[in-house]
Amino acid sequence: MSAIAARRRTLPGFGLTMGLTLTWLSVIILIPLAALFLRSTELSFDQFWGILSSRRTLNALRVSFGLAFAAACVNLVMGSIIVWALVRYRFPGRRIFDAIVDVPFALPTAVAGVALTSLFAEKGWLGAPLAALGIKVAFTPLGIFVAMIFIGIPFVVRTVQPVLQDLDPEIEEAAGSLGASRWQTIIRVILPSLAPALLTGLALAFARAVGEYGSVIFIAGNLPNVSEIAPLLIVIRLSEFRYADATAIAVIMLVVSFVIIFAVNRLQRWAQNRIPAH
Amino acid sequence: MTMQIADGVSLAPPEATARAHKAAARNNLRTEPRAVRIAIITLAIAFLSMFVVLPLVLVFAQAFSRGILAYLAALAEPEALAAIKLTLVVAAISVSLNLVFGLVASWAIAKFEFTGKTFLITLIDLPFSVSPVISGLVFVLLFGAQGYFGGWLRDHDIQVLFAVPGIALATTFVTFPFVARALIPLMQEQGTQEEEAAISLGASGLQTFFRVTLPNIKWGVLYGVLLCNARAMGEFGAVSVVSGHIRGETNTMPLLVEILYNEYQFVAAFAIASLLAMLALITLIAKTILERHLDEGHDASDH
Repeated sequence: MSAIAARRRTLPGFGLTMGLTLTWLSVIILIPLAALFLRSTELSFDQFWGILSSRRTLNALRVSFGLAFAAACVNLVMGSIIVWALVRYRFPGRRIFDAIVDVPFALPTAVAGVALTSLFAEKGWLGAPLAALGIKVAFTPLGIFVAMIFIGIPFVVRTVQPVLQDLDPEIEEAAGSLGASRWQTIIRVILPSLAPALLTGLALAFARAVGEYGSVIFIAGNLPNVSEIAPLLIVIRLSEFRYADATAIAVIMLVVSFVIIFAVNRLQRWAQNRIPAH
Repeated sequence: MTMQIADGVSLAPPEATARAHKAAARNNLRTEPRAVRIAIITLAIAFLSMFVVLPLVLVFAQAFSRGILAYLAALAEPEALAAIKLTLVVAAISVSLNLVFGLVASWAIAKFEFTGKTFLITLIDLPFSVSPVISGLVFVLLFGAQGYFGGWLRDHDIQVLFAVPGIALATTFVTFPFVARALIPLMQEQGTQEEEAAISLGASGLQTFFRVTLPNIKWGVLYGVLLCNARAMGEFGAVSVVSGHIRGETNTMPLLVEILYNEYQFVAAFAIASLLAMLALITLIAKTILERHLDEGHDASDH
């Protein structure tokens, strides 16, 4: 080990590149984020609590977190089905559908927002038949749910796909030849191996949906207490120059995001320890 | 990867058919009844078509709903041209900043061992998990009228918010991790042997970087720049908070889509949106091609 360490040090530029990295990271990311936390410390606890426990804030947080979780669960189920179809089966257009999974990553959120709104509006391609069934999607919380499902799809698919691809086929064959039914093999053998990836995908889709703005605000209706998401409330408070309110809501959302990153990191470490290195 | 091998088996010459039969028998233990297979494929295709393909088709259908002339006229509006120009300028600034940062950071992180490396990578990743709106808000808190540097900026007559610098800063924040995250794993995998050889043969650090490292990571650099650029041009939430929506001045393309849409100018809104959708599609196609190049490089270094 020490020989390797000594050899590594023969490459030049560590001090310079590390210094530049830390400086630039501080200027662009850390100082701006620190400013947000610093701002929030200017509020007394009572002020902070007053902002967060106001009916409108609570409802916005409830809408954002509740619908994001529901959408992430749909993504978990549909994402698993999509991964299974893409990895295990051959069908015409498979490669194209595989590439299409990334569209919500690549499509600018405002474009997704206006497209989904027109699609699910009362006279839209999908909105009209749904309206005939008495289901209103656009400008209701259901619309927020739909937009969050849209942006969350790639997270589950792209986290689970490589794990399923690398799954050792012999384990399944062993289970099958030992008399396990296909269903038993999937539940008892495959699912546990995929569990860390599935949970990571769920967490990532949830985190993205909670903070999502562009693809949601067009379709949401943005009715306070009903279909107003937390990021929109931040924007509204800013436009009213109520910086304290905007900061308090932002801090709560950031803390939740950091908890999620931490959880995802732990999940990935857990997954690495469980599966022996190839 | 295993499936590619299975494909190879089915295409194998006759002498391999015995092996293929064996493989098929083994595969029976790894697949579902035909009805289940068809149901799963149908469900996957239906879901992706409804939630992903339809919105994409709708963008183009709406953009061309009054014919190609109306489409072109919408794009030729001075407001549209100003938005396209601003988007290109902002993307050029933030992509080049993040490209330089990505190269510098991945050299430090991938080529040397030090404690706290994982933590540093987590910090670089932070913008991925911050809501776009909050990414804009932090710059308002720094540079806004009531912000920490607001007074100083006013005294010196420097405009950051509601101007190009603010938009570029917010975009740089949001796209910060793309290049670095594309390069760090790639450079870690390639190790340091080639660079050490170059150094021991008398090359300078910069020569080593440009002649040895850069050719090895060129596809990774392109990959990072591609994704960084797509996000930079398409960013909405962060830019929306810092831009001030001054028409013809601080509206990027995504912001103009919002304004036109809210004014019920659907053809114009979807015309701009169609440009952004095309950018997304081109990015995806280029990404697929680059991933193939990166995989080849990966296989070559394996053998």
